[in-house]
Amino acid sequence: MAGATITQVAPLPVAVPLVVAALLAGGRDRWPRSFADAAALGTAIFNVVVTAHLLALSLVQPIVYWMGGWWPRAGIAIGISFSIDAIGAGTALLASVLVAAAFVFSLKYFESVGTLFHVLMLVFLAGMCGFALTGDLFNLFVWFELMGAAAYALCGYKTEDPKTLQGALNFAVTNTVGAFLALTGVALLYGRTGALNMAQIGHALASGTQSSPDALTLASFAFITCGFLVKAAAVPFHFWLDDAHAVAPTPVCMLFSGVMVELGLYGAVRVYWAVFAGVLGTHQAELRGIITSFALLTALVGGVMCFAQTHLKRLLAFSTVSHMGIMMMGVAMLTPSGLAAIAVYVLAHGAVKAALFCYSGILLHRFATVDEMELYGRGRVMPLTGALFALSAVVLASLPPFGVFAGEAILGESAKRAGYGWVTFVASLAAALTGGAVLRVAARVFLGWGEKSERQGQKTGEKRETKAGRSGTPAMMSGAAGALVVAALVIGLAPGLKRGAEKAALDMAGTSDYQARVLDNRTIPAPSVKPAPLEPAEFARGFASVLGALALAGCALFRRRLPRVASAGLRSLSSAVVAQRKLHSGHIGDYITWLTIGVAAMGGLLSLAFR
Amino acid sequence: MLQWLMGWFAYAVAIWIFAVGLYGIVTSRNWIHLAICVAVMQSSTYVMLLSIGYRTGGAAPIFVDIPPGTRAVDPVVHALMLTDVVVEATVLALIVVLAVQIHRRTGTLDPDKLLELQG
Repeated sequence: MAGATITQVAPLPVAVPLVVAALLAGGRDRWPRSFADAAALGTAIFNVVVTAHLLALSLVQPIVYWMGGWWPRAGIAIGISFSIDAIGAGTALLASVLVAAAFVFSLKYFESVGTLFHVLMLVFLAGMCGFALTGDLFNLFVWFELMGAAAYALCGYKTEDPKTLQGALNFAVTNTVGAFLALTGVALLYGRTGALNMAQIGHALASGTQSSPDALTLASFAFITCGFLVKAAAVPFHFWLDDAHAVAPTPVCMLFSGVMVELGLYGAVRVYWAVFAGVLGTHQAELRGIITSFALLTALVGGVMCFAQTHLKRLLAFSTVSHMGIMMMGVAMLTPSGLAAIAVYVLAHGAVKAALFCYSGILLHRFATVDEMELYGRGRVMPLTGALFALSAVVLASLPPFGVFAGEAILGESAKRAGYGWVTFVASLAAALTGGAVLRVAARVFLGWGEKSERQGQKTGEKRETKAGRSGTPAMMSGAAGALVVAALVIGLAPGLKRGAEKAALDMAGTSDYQARVLDNRTIPAPSVKPAPLEPAEFARGFASVLGALALAGCALFRRRLPRVASAGLRSLSSAVVAQRKLHSGHIGDYITWLTIGVAAMGGLLSLAFR
Repeated sequence: MLQWLMGWFAYAVAIWIFAVGLYGIVTSRNWIHLAICVAVMQSSTYVMLLSIGYRTGGAAPIFVDIPPGTRAVDPVVHALMLTDVVVEATVLALIVVLAVQIHRRTGTLDPDKLLELQG
């Protein structure tokens, strides 16, 4: 059989971390911390190597691996497959790299950390890799829950602080409800098609199709999409995210923002293209409108809330919400080029956001607080850290030609082609808001600019992860942060990046090719990709959003020196923000109510669109 | 009768259980109660999965003493349900542990009184 690329290493990124985690957990009283550190870091690096190998293979030809050699018979999947294309392998690679960086960062970060931290991180890694690689719908749910359970435990790792516990509980309950939604959707699809392999479900749905998909198909689509969007922190499912980020240890935040949230979106995208693209394809225009409206809301709410924060970790968390909105715009286009845009965007955003969390961890390590006002001017002693922090902020605001910009530029092109060119202005506004907020923090902390005390918020009293009042930063911590910044810069400059991303996106979005590859073991000739060079207008937009970020940061810092009209305008805006902040109450009942409203809105809009 | 019971009625029960659990979570004043509501909500997925796999007059799918080809209920959903039980037991245990810790640190289990995390 001249089938898809055959490789035996496909299950290793899942199996090896799980085995090492079990061994570490079993002998955790006997082994010293240095052994646990070495074993965990070694496993993460092993994962980086294997997933990079899988990425290289799948860029040539996507991989289908059947567990235990249970190949499908006559188009019916008997076993469970890993159906790996370049986007899946790339996501697993990002997860592995960030876990390795988090291990390096935490070598000298925690005063005392038990082996259980390493165990949980490795299980988290296995869950994320499994989620990115699997081709089976129920498997997708199981990996979703596995990475969820590890993430809840990691989030509540500092069990002595009530705030931490509350944040972890909000995170756990909201995401578990999301998982039930997804499972209900999976069950409905199984009832309809009798299959669990995504390729087979997609094939069965498309071949029995009427002119319009029926209520059951729509309901399962709504349930699965909403379930994964809870993890992806789309507004109004996002409330858990800022609580979880505010309380989780810094190395864990790097993974939450850098890759876990993006995996939620990846799940929704994977299921759409593998399962629903055939049967819902008739109404692409309506679907595009629905997802775009969720995306716009997410980008704007996240951006405004981000700008309103003074707690650095919470600020970065809302910036993640806002950037998820931008990524959802790419998904909403429902085209391969939109997917290519987010593929690039996710890699660059993951690196730069993880770097920013590293810097917040460095500040916490040195000064025992991450509050912007309490840190005022204290960062003057660390100019290099300040420079890199500010550089990350402008990269986040999509400074050409670096990573995040490269993603946004492709997004701009694909949006224009789909007739949605105007959404890119919202994307630029969101980038300016989040970049501006981080720049404002940089100027206040590392330069001592702006007014000092206009404290209105509560005293944050961040629980220490480390002892206070250090005079230096360990080389491991600044090294990990610096390497991530360099990665974010280099990603945008890599030759062949756009070409690779577009090829990967075509593989993921080629629904019938995916089915033929998985079910019939057929080799699909690689699509030919001829990416056009980026348009100059996109560069102008990138610079505009950086200038906007600088202007917003300046306005926030020197509010009192603004002309009276402008400051009156700002004041009325800030009252709107206060109302919005009240919605983020920290109360689990409110969060689940919003989640229910979100699901109802999604279901209602879908049923209107497919009437 | 049984066919009617396992037809649309089972789905109605699943939806009802889901809604009851959801209502409980939204209005709960106690984290332990809330954890139980999560478990209630989860049991709706059991009812859903089992009714999907049910075949009227089907035997248990153990083909040792019955000839192959006999009408049997679908074993796949049972496997799914068991996996679901295991996964959710883990998550539920974690939620309860966190709730117990909250009680130990603050002396209350009421989410309304624990509002330290705000916007």
